[in-house]
Amino acid sequence: MIHTDICIIGAGPVGLFAVFEAGLLKMRCHLIDALPVVGGQLAEIYPQKPIYDIPGAPAIIAEDLVNNLMKQIEEFKPGFTLGERVEALEKQDDGSYIVRTNEGTDVHCQVVVIAAGLGSFEPRKPAVEQLEYFEGKGVHYMVKKPEQFRGRNVVLAGGGDSALDWTIFLADIASRVTLVHRGDTFRGAPDSAEKVYDLAGKGKIDLILQAQVNKLGGNGVLKEVSILGNDKSITTIPTDDFIPLFGLSPKLGPIADWNLGVEKSAVIVDTFDYSTNVERIYAIGDINTYPGKLKLILCGFHEAAIMMQSAFKYVYPDQKLSFKYTTVNGVNPF
Amino acid sequence: MINIFIENDLGERQALEVPTDMGFNLMEILKAYEYDIQATCGGMALCATCHIEVLGGGEKLPECNDQELDTLDTLPNADGNSRLSCQLRPSDEMDGLVFRLKALQEA
Repeated sequence: MIHTDICIIGAGPVGLFAVFEAGLLKMRCHLIDALPVVGGQLAEIYPQKPIYDIPGAPAIIAEDLVNNLMKQIEEFKPGFTLGERVEALEKQDDGSYIVRTNEGTDVHCQVVVIAAGLGSFEPRKPAVEQLEYFEGKGVHYMVKKPEQFRGRNVVLAGGGDSALDWTIFLADIASRVTLVHRGDTFRGAPDSAEKVYDLAGKGKIDLILQAQVNKLGGNGVLKEVSILGNDKSITTIPTDDFIPLFGLSPKLGPIADWNLGVEKSAVIVDTFDYSTNVERIYAIGDINTYPGKLKLILCGFHEAAIMMQSAFKYVYPDQKLSFKYTTVNGVNPF
Repeated sequence: MINIFIENDLGERQALEVPTDMGFNLMEILKAYEYDIQATCGGMALCATCHIEVLGGGEKLPECNDQELDTLDTLPNADGNSRLSCQLRPSDEMDGLVFRLKALQEA
């Protein structure tokens, strides 16, 4: 069990900055994110795009903003649980909460802050018969440990960067790699596409274009995939693993089941302190909604500052909060 | 002002009046009409959550740029009629076209 003052769900820019605002008030934070890296949308969707409306930064590349935020909060030593999705909240008798992830990590905290953006990023699943049945029995939506594919027959599907990159990477590890792509060309990353064509030309991988995997087969574990060509031909090939790589898409997920007021996939908050209708649970950043809401990073930063002032009473019920500027007090690390 | 049509899963079509002179892209128009598309990236052709299908007449629209093609390539159920609505600017050429909101099925 991890013990902290504040558990922040979502390690995007707003969740990260919330650590700073909490730290100024001597409250410790632990962050949980479904993505394996910090940064949220900035890391997953637009790492190389410039952002122009961060106060004091005329133009900043998304990835740099995330790195700067990580530097800014370093002194407050936040904990991170990455690559795990929050599944449940359990209220304790003393009012505190235990936040539980899909991998069984438990975080005990006084206050829960939902800074989950548009929800957790989850793999897009293609329409393939028996796909869900074979999850964990040969179907993988991401490559976590490449070594697990050593010496195995692997079929990948997809036409984006990650499908190309993993095809190239696994070509040296797996016994046989087959890439199935619906189109007849690859648009992204010309260098990677070139390498894939080259590997196919040399017979090191099998490249099946203008086709898609439509059905999986096996007996308890995955044994074969059926491939439907755009010309309606059907081919069945034996395989140990199937890795469909079609990017990630945000889902509100279990947050919808926590008895919070929700409107159009966003959590309703009171703008007095960005609290939800459930005591000790706050929502900040893109995940919340209120009259006049603007989904901007800078608005999320503001919400984080206000929200932490309100959360102080749950972490230090016996203390009176006195507001101090960083210019007066500096930043006092833990 | 032009008219376009949005076809739902039952094949029913809703006509939308769309201004061509206000600088909106089609994704913004769809959101303004309260279709529940996420448009996560806000119009950078990066997230594919405004994916639409053009039902005939797609050749009248300007061609996809590389970023749009790249992002469409990552979708499991995109095809030759797929577009990202954030990359389409309503124009007279779009008048009368019929679209299906694939993003709603994918959400």
